[in-house]
Amino acid sequence: MSSRPPDLTGPAPSDPSERDLADVEREIGELRRITTAQRLDLAEQISALELRAEGLREEIARHPSPWQRVQLARHAERPKVDDYIAGLTSEFAELHGDRAFGDDPAIIAGLGLIDGRPAALIGHAKGRDTRENIARRFGMPNPEGYRKALRVMALAEKLHAPVVTLIDTPGAFPGKEAEERGQSEAIARALLKMARLRTPIITVITGEGGSGGALAVGMGDVLLMLEHAVYSVISPEGCAAILWRDASRAKEAAEALRLTAPDLVELGIADEIIPEPPGGAHRHRDDAVAAVAAAVRRRLAAYEGRSEESLVAGRYEKYRRIGRIRDVAAGGDSEAQAT
Amino acid sequence: MPAGLWTKCPRCANLVYRRELERNLRVCPRCGYHHRLSAADRLALVLDRGSFEEADQGLVPEDPLGFTDEKPYPARVEEAQRRTGQPEAVITGTGTVEGARAVVGAMEFGFMGGSLGSVVGEKIARSAERAHAHRLPFVLFVASGGARMQEGTLSLLQMAKTSVALGRLADAGIAFISVLCDPTTGGVAASFAFQGDVILAEPGALIGFAGPRVIEQTIRQKLPEGFQTAEFLLEHGLVDGIVPRADLRAALARLLRLTNAPCDPLLAGLPAQGWATDERTEADEQPTA
Repeated sequence: MSSRPPDLTGPAPSDPSERDLADVEREIGELRRITTAQRLDLAEQISALELRAEGLREEIARHPSPWQRVQLARHAERPKVDDYIAGLTSEFAELHGDRAFGDDPAIIAGLGLIDGRPAALIGHAKGRDTRENIARRFGMPNPEGYRKALRVMALAEKLHAPVVTLIDTPGAFPGKEAEERGQSEAIARALLKMARLRTPIITVITGEGGSGGALAVGMGDVLLMLEHAVYSVISPEGCAAILWRDASRAKEAAEALRLTAPDLVELGIADEIIPEPPGGAHRHRDDAVAAVAAAVRRRLAAYEGRSEESLVAGRYEKYRRIGRIRDVAAGGDSEAQAT
Repeated sequence: MPAGLWTKCPRCANLVYRRELERNLRVCPRCGYHHRLSAADRLALVLDRGSFEEADQGLVPEDPLGFTDEKPYPARVEEAQRRTGQPEAVITGTGTVEGARAVVGAMEFGFMGGSLGSVVGEKIARSAERAHAHRLPFVLFVASGGARMQEGTLSLLQMAKTSVALGRLADAGIAFISVLCDPTTGGVAASFAFQGDVILAEPGALIGFAGPRVIEQTIRQKLPEGFQTAEFLLEHGLVDGIVPRADLRAALARLLRLTNAPCDPLLAGLPAQGWATDERTEADEQPTA
């Protein structure tokens, strides 16, 4: 369970390029301070350093370590759920509320037209600035968010329209009211609904795939991940705090958890990696949105004409297979993936 | 005072004679506190003597991530196996409760906090499939801190694996009863624990998604007394009932009768004999006289 709002500072960098970047950024900050305090014109020096910082950032984005990918996945400038919805649909009507308690701004759900056909679109909503982030709880849903998602999935099923889910959350909100209103029940119910939903589900992890709070709208027939997106059972900070009682060892945890898109393809969890523009999705947002939209369209097209039975059976097989076990009773020491 | 003869109750702080505690089903005779039960003791408490047939006991975990924290994951598994005498954090099989047959499972909190990894997910999924194949209800005693970190995202996806299996069981019209014991939290609470058609809880059990410490850090205040207890969940409409341990066997037997009694076959769209005879062949059903 990942719970904390994104910590964008993170622990002390240890990779060479990261350390260099931190040095350069510190220098830029220092020069800026001098510029204002002593009214010196250091614009030339500053822009030279900024160019160098930019180069280092691109270098990091080209070959990011797992921890750097976590930072990229959480980048404040990454496209948001409404950007992807706008890129995918010609028309969109947002639907509000769980019909029982309230509306959760941490999840956006509604009906849209993709190439003239109806689809349900559901995703976590992070904010564009601090105020919006607070209003949207940094994309961490309450139970009513999951209940709204479930309701809209049921509507899609009724309309024989596919469901597209877009994942970007630190996790389900760990709050007092969330518990009182049954956070566990809401997630459990959403999982059971997706397990049996008689319409295609395409899931894209666009940023942070934070544990059960992500999976609760993420049981797709196919699971796509943006190149620098991550998907984890717990946040690296949370993992480090539990295993080493030291949240600052998050970098090590990020490596141990195997949470990157290539890792998850290798583990048989993710089906496809959507490449990001050079430097990351935040550098060329329109290109990132277009890449996601193209991948979703292609995947939706592959589900045309599938019967509901084969769809649900296919989803069963997909999830039933996941895991690594060994049966020491049958066949001695034979290693096998669960079947 | 010889160590081990007496035990201190964590709730009322009274010293309790250990033998007396065991005789009282590990419920404190002074204050009614329900001490945790091992999975094996739980099954022995609920099932008819000698009725249990264990399944899938050969399944043991792999180390898919090569995960090492203070110790390598395989070393942690071995230690848990040695300490509990169990190969993994859930025991599954079939048995009877007051004569009513069911697929049953009990989670072992002593095994890495009852955490959900590939093997636990597999055994629960297989249990649901076994319940479907034999048209038997499925009863699961839950005790778990959540998903197992050492298997990373594979653990998280066990929530999806068990969901597809339980979803198919639900579509087949077969009941799933979950009994939430202390503690039931995290990804386990957020999947099969709360997918029960009937959800029972043990008195005083801690049940919730986020742990109390995480919530206190988020809201920056102390949680009220009794927050996330079974009693709190009952009050908030999240569980069907709280059953004291001494009554558990009878309560389950009753629920098994109520959910598994032959129904109107026409209503269920089943052959006129009903599904109690589902395993018979057509020839069995020919009148013989």
